[in-house]
Amino acid sequence: MQTLSRFMFLAALTVMSVAQAAPRDDILAAYAAQAKAGDAAFAGVSAVRGEALHRDRHAGGKADSPSCTSCHGENTRAAGRTPVGKTIDPVAVSVAPTRYTDAAKVEKWFRRNCREVLGRECSAREKGDWLAFMITQ
Amino acid sequence: MKPLIRSIAVGAALFAVGAVMLERAKAGSDEFFPPVTDPLTRQECGSCHMAFPAGLLPARSWQKMMGELDNHFGDDASVDAATARQITTYLVAHAADSAGYGDMRRWLRRVPASAAPQRITELPKWVREHREVSPREWTRKEIASKVNCVACHVDAERGYFEDD
Repeated sequence: MQTLSRFMFLAALTVMSVAQAAPRDDILAAYAAQAKAGDAAFAGVSAVRGEALHRDRHAGGKADSPSCTSCHGENTRAAGRTPVGKTIDPVAVSVAPTRYTDAAKVEKWFRRNCREVLGRECSAREKGDWLAFMITQ
Repeated sequence: MKPLIRSIAVGAALFAVGAVMLERAKAGSDEFFPPVTDPLTRQECGSCHMAFPAGLLPARSWQKMMGELDNHFGDDASVDAATARQITTYLVAHAADSAGYGDMRRWLRRVPASAAPQRITELPKWVREHREVSPREWTRKEIASKVNCVACHVDAERGYFEDD
């Protein structure tokens, strides 16, 4: 009986994480398709490029946020902090499994944060790369 | 009326009066501001900073702020039009000078009717209430900014801003 309920629990958990992975994969696929449409040579998203985008210090954005890590922190699995002191949930999918499952919300934060850090909106390729990196985290 | 029923009725009436008085006392004090109850407003306004109680600013301030979200104190905090409308409706309905939402007018003392202040931390009453906080304390790392109410007011998310 205990084994059965444990099995049911694991099954439910699997279904839940699959249910959450699906919209995230769709969002990633949409960015990849958009990048491909803009550049025929685009050969797919890259978590390695995504990590560089996340960690590099960029010029063009605001002085107090030269990098994604300025607020999100160096450790993707740890909480970050906004400039005014509010805690930000970790960005890594492994510890924040509900993240990146609402396309409009993902777009909203890319728009805001890319402008803060890069001083411009991110390209579809950059968004796909960054998301691919977080999925590996 | 039977004695039992009468004492129950009197008890209920006293309880009701007490509840109303407590609400008034809370609403009239400088230490309780009803927290944001609208889930959308709570979520959107609470991502980067605490979702400040609507009663901390007058309606005209919220209206101005909601019209300038693409430059929100230097940050892009824009939301789509439908979201902005819903949030504005909530904030205006629960603003410091809104009708029937407690008496927050004391909080707006010395704010000219023609002004639409944007920074809660620049309201004369806010400044007065925080005058005992030394400049050095504000620079403490865990405070980060004057906007970070919860650093000192631990129950601020629930509307309580008493001195800690």
